[in-house]
Amino acid sequence: MFALVDCNNFYASCERVFNPNLQGLPVAILSNNDGCVIARSDEAKALGLPMGAPAFKYKSFFKANKVQVFSSNYPLYGDMSSRVMKILSQFTPDIEVYSIDEAFLQFKGFDNYKLDAYGHEIRNRVLKWTGIPTCVGIGPTKALSKVANKIARKFPKETGGVYIIDTEEKRIKALKWTSIDKVWGIGRALEKRLIQNQCKTAYDFVQLPDLWVRKTFSITEWKLKKDLEGISKIEMDQVKNKQAIATTRSFETTLTDLGDLKERVSTFASSCAEKLRRQNSSCHMLIVFLRSDRFKTNSPQYRASRMVSIPFPTDSSLLLSTSAIRAISSIYKKGVHYKKAGVILTGIVPTYNHQLQMFSHEDARHKPLMHAIDCVNKKYGASKVKLANQDLTRTWKMRQEHLSPRYTTNLKDIITIQCQKKPIKP
Amino acid sequence: MSKKTNQALTFFIPKPGEHNTGVIYFDTGISAGFPSPADDFKQERLSLDSELIKNKEATFFARVSGQSMIDAGLNDNDLLVIDRSLTPEHNRIAVCFLDGEFTVKRLKVDGEEVWLQPENKNYNPIKITSENDFVIWGIVTNVIKKV
Repeated sequence: MFALVDCNNFYASCERVFNPNLQGLPVAILSNNDGCVIARSDEAKALGLPMGAPAFKYKSFFKANKVQVFSSNYPLYGDMSSRVMKILSQFTPDIEVYSIDEAFLQFKGFDNYKLDAYGHEIRNRVLKWTGIPTCVGIGPTKALSKVANKIARKFPKETGGVYIIDTEEKRIKALKWTSIDKVWGIGRALEKRLIQNQCKTAYDFVQLPDLWVRKTFSITEWKLKKDLEGISKIEMDQVKNKQAIATTRSFETTLTDLGDLKERVSTFASSCAEKLRRQNSSCHMLIVFLRSDRFKTNSPQYRASRMVSIPFPTDSSLLLSTSAIRAISSIYKKGVHYKKAGVILTGIVPTYNHQLQMFSHEDARHKPLMHAIDCVNKKYGASKVKLANQDLTRTWKMRQEHLSPRYTTNLKDIITIQCQKKPIKP
Repeated sequence: MSKKTNQALTFFIPKPGEHNTGVIYFDTGISAGFPSPADDFKQERLSLDSELIKNKEATFFARVSGQSMIDAGLNDNDLLVIDRSLTPEHNRIAVCFLDGEFTVKRLKVDGEEVWLQPENKNYNPIKITSENDFVIWGIVTNVIKKV
């Protein structure tokens, strides 16, 4: 059996743990640089606040509806997420952290367990220890646990946040209830084609012939179909290392100068390289993209990206930064107001077992140099040592006008408890 | 297999220093002298973390402001170690969220009644009623003071 544990409105819930006054109020979390809404509490969803709403357009909406707005506080969310995941791993050794706020658990050899009750135990422990509410869906396959989770989330009163699909009857009922666009892994394009074929619910989907699904779509959809039938085909993914690493940012103000953009992508590339080294990986592909300001409709719109392949896998900030600068120079167009740029690394391999090359190889001096930079930055604070093509005088600051304190990662930011305001004896 | 009997064996003897390749370097320590008599008795150095934090995932910190708990040793500016996993019980010191703000008090459970007992004679105990917006946030396990 599998369980999917999903934190309810995770970012908003994190804010609420340390600021319980937010309970019951609409809460919205903004993306890096306070660009757009990336997370909402149930109350904010009920107000009709859409996902991805640009913050500047919704200023008066926030005010009128008393929406509590926060800049994203990733140090806090990251720490709370790791607490939740650690607690979940106390319940089974087989856990796949699927995203910052959800994880699959597999129960092998739990035959004598009442998994329904176990689900409630999981939910209660996470809630008590961290203050984060979750929903638990349990089923014989990963896809069905996802369906069960949706039911638990939709009917909190009836389910108490835990739902288990453990009979054929429940499975069929659940599949009939699940519309096709809500099925895990069914994207927009696929949804269209399925609806053309009179496939409106997950139940309709599993009625399709196996062969047709495999021929028309791919092995992935076939596996999904089997999973929904109750035959486990989607396996637990134990891969820990990321397949792509990215640093992308919207700029506070638009940039037009190539020099400025070069500086930005160089910084992004070094920050990607740092993430790469932290997981002991190297990469041999780098993608740079940039985009004009979508909301400045009166100025020319432009978006472009360029992929650079590097002949040997590397984790060197120097090399990745030079490659990023080369890429941005090749796609830069004059006269455009740029709002966003980013660097993405792919082709990621473990650093210590990559293939040797005959004709080209990394400058052997880079490795100890990177190691030294990482050590210095770890000791004296991030970005103390930078590359010379990064801006040394100016610190580019993210716009975070509504940032909550880093309650769990900075001693200066921990909650304060008032012991004074209550009535003094007359 | 044929035996080449008349071919004598030759040995190649590397001459350190000849090509400026440097001398052979042994990376591992060579032990010489008497081994430390303490080696067999090595123990981990004391760690305050493991003493103060019994449950890492459920432990949070908070700063005290005010003096209503001074007789329990909680003074202004002290650092509290809070374990959310512990069960609230009579006489435990708890961080509570009461009517819109955090407070720390000793829990007094008297049958059905719950009281928040300050530890300072200038303050009155507070009776929790259904009117109150009240949550027990966590249990205080340790107080860290600067002296």
